[in-house]
Amino acid sequence: MNNIKAKRPGPLASVRLFFTDRDKLEPAVITLLAAIFAILMGVGLIFIVSKDPVTSTKNFLLGPFLRTYNFYYLLVAMVPITFTGLALCIIYQLKYMSLIVDSSFYTGAIVATAIGVRLALPAGWHPAVAMLAAGLAGGLIGTLPAILKIKWRANELVSSLMFNYVFYFFGSFVILYFLRDRNQTILASMPFQKTFALPKLVENTQLHAGFIIAAVFVVLVSIFLFRTKWGYQIRITGANPKFAAYAGIPVASVAIFAHFVSGFIGGIGGAVEMSGLYRAFIWQMNPSYAWDGVIVAMLARKNPKFVPVSAFFLAYMRVGADFMSRRGDVAFEFITLLQGIIILILASDKIANYFKARRLRRNALAAEAALADGATGISGVAGKGGRA
Amino acid sequence: MIEFIAGVFTSSNYWFIVLRSTAPILLVTLGAVITEQAGIKNMALEGSMLWAALTGVIVSAFTGSPWLGMLAGILASVTIALILGLFALKLDANAVLCGVALNLFSTGGTVFVLYSLTGDKGISSSLPSKIIPFIKIPFVENIPWIGKVISGQNLIVWLAAIAVVVIHFILNRATIGRRIKATGENIEAAKAAGIDPIKVKFFTLIASGILAGIAGCFLSMGYTSNFTSGIAAGRGYVANAAQVVAGGTAIGAIFASLIFGLTDAMATYLQNIGLPPELIQALPYLVTILGFIVVTLIRDRRESIRKRQLLEGKLPKGSLKPAAVGGGNGAAGGGGAA
Repeated sequence: MNNIKAKRPGPLASVRLFFTDRDKLEPAVITLLAAIFAILMGVGLIFIVSKDPVTSTKNFLLGPFLRTYNFYYLLVAMVPITFTGLALCIIYQLKYMSLIVDSSFYTGAIVATAIGVRLALPAGWHPAVAMLAAGLAGGLIGTLPAILKIKWRANELVSSLMFNYVFYFFGSFVILYFLRDRNQTILASMPFQKTFALPKLVENTQLHAGFIIAAVFVVLVSIFLFRTKWGYQIRITGANPKFAAYAGIPVASVAIFAHFVSGFIGGIGGAVEMSGLYRAFIWQMNPSYAWDGVIVAMLARKNPKFVPVSAFFLAYMRVGADFMSRRGDVAFEFITLLQGIIILILASDKIANYFKARRLRRNALAAEAALADGATGISGVAGKGGRA
Repeated sequence: MIEFIAGVFTSSNYWFIVLRSTAPILLVTLGAVITEQAGIKNMALEGSMLWAALTGVIVSAFTGSPWLGMLAGILASVTIALILGLFALKLDANAVLCGVALNLFSTGGTVFVLYSLTGDKGISSSLPSKIIPFIKIPFVENIPWIGKVISGQNLIVWLAAIAVVVIHFILNRATIGRRIKATGENIEAAKAAGIDPIKVKFFTLIASGILAGIAGCFLSMGYTSNFTSGIAAGRGYVANAAQVVAGGTAIGAIFASLIFGLTDAMATYLQNIGLPPELIQALPYLVTILGFIVVTLIRDRRESIRKRQLLEGKLPKGSLKPAAVGGGNGAAGGGGAA
């Protein structure tokens, strides 16, 4: 372990390595291009449907930075998708597809609501207890599709989508029948206790301490995945389950454990959202942050370190779209459409490996030409082959 | 309670609703069955249905013809299936992930288009869209109980029944069926036999697109008379679960989608006796998961018993051949799934 650490390059050297190592640089460039392509496509759509496309485009692209309120709102919007993005990084490292973190997040919010409304605890402890309980509930729920897959070979994405409906309806049942505030005309829970609220980071904005909790989790999940035995087992199982099984890794337990951790993070995310942002449970429908987590995890290339970057990008697009749709004639939902397109592009191996394939093809052609030239052919081929 | 349930099961109205809510699920389940048989998972069925439902409404409103609307809806649905094929088969993307992406694209995209056209995000009621006709069958409608169940159903309920026959025929009788199964079971062997797996998979994707398109049009032009956001309500996902229950056959798809239809129709009645609607709405999805587990349990048990009998040589003489074949298939299936 120690000598592995010793070989690790320093931060500056690793940045230099990143830019010289084409295998690392090219995927990053493709990801960036996909993001830019999506934004351009968004602008294109605005120009098709809007009566005042210039203002709408300005609001979409610059909206998050035009007002301080918007910028803080962007930071707040990063929090839930950071949690679901981290949770999905773990699932994707395992090469599973389940979206059960949607249930974990939603049920986490419900559990936190119950604790926030019903329990009397000292400030500080109150949200902490709620987060722990929400995390446990989310973790247990998270294991369901993994168990179904391992025991009965159920496709985990299909079963998790079914469970998402079940837990969504069950959650709204709990709110309606046990926690509802009957004085409100809209569906809302009774107000949280004062002790439940997370402190604000900046007065008179929505930015709450959950932002810091999310940042801590980015670090924790990075360590979990890349510096612990469990993370190693998860990555090996994902890369090659047969090899992992031969190497003595308990593949089934690893998968279930990873799902528990992922659901735990999702549950905590739900609780943080409740205690940080709201004074009562007022979701009229499921915000489905897990679907945003998909794109956050994919833009981050399953690496928790990059989750804040991709969460920032998605939050930027969403806040911009929100600002634009409030002041214009373009529906906010076009952002979901763009999300789908980005995932499509990022999911395609042929697009992701486009540069690499081109490089290999060129090298092969060059080698062939060298062979045809004769004489120095052999050494030339060896040299080029080695560099590719 | 027993009296209540007996009352529901004997009421012709209940069975009328069962047929009505089974039909769309049956259509998409058939779509999921045929693609799965070719070895590709079409998770974009939900998105296909959404686009079909919206396009059907828009085109029927502007042309005044439900048939043109339905045709356009089917085309939209097939387009989504083809995009899935393009990315999954030509650009080496993970098919399941593409499905997720296309569903996001469709949930957002349909609302975006609806809002841009009508200024409303929720419902298309400002568009004068048309309805696919309901069919009253002369003479049959006068038969006391049966007449009330099967007469007056939408044309698409009958189309769903026809689709079962067509898909059954395609999978079992036609050459293309053998090609589909060969592709799904062993892609290398299929290639060696001169089959182009990509072509076969595209064929099944188009077929599933047509089926999901009909189902989507039914939702907005028959089952209800408007497009509402998220109108597919997870039916495309349910189809992928039901497909497993169906065991890869068109006949199985009837039973698999009936599980959903029976619960879905029962939900309306349970609501009337004061059970919380939220729990009832969760029921069809829960029952689908349970049905799925039960079917796999039964299949696994049957396989292991058969294997044991085969090993111990205890099989009765007459059943030796089919059982051996079945065991072999089972083992191959198990290997494929693992």
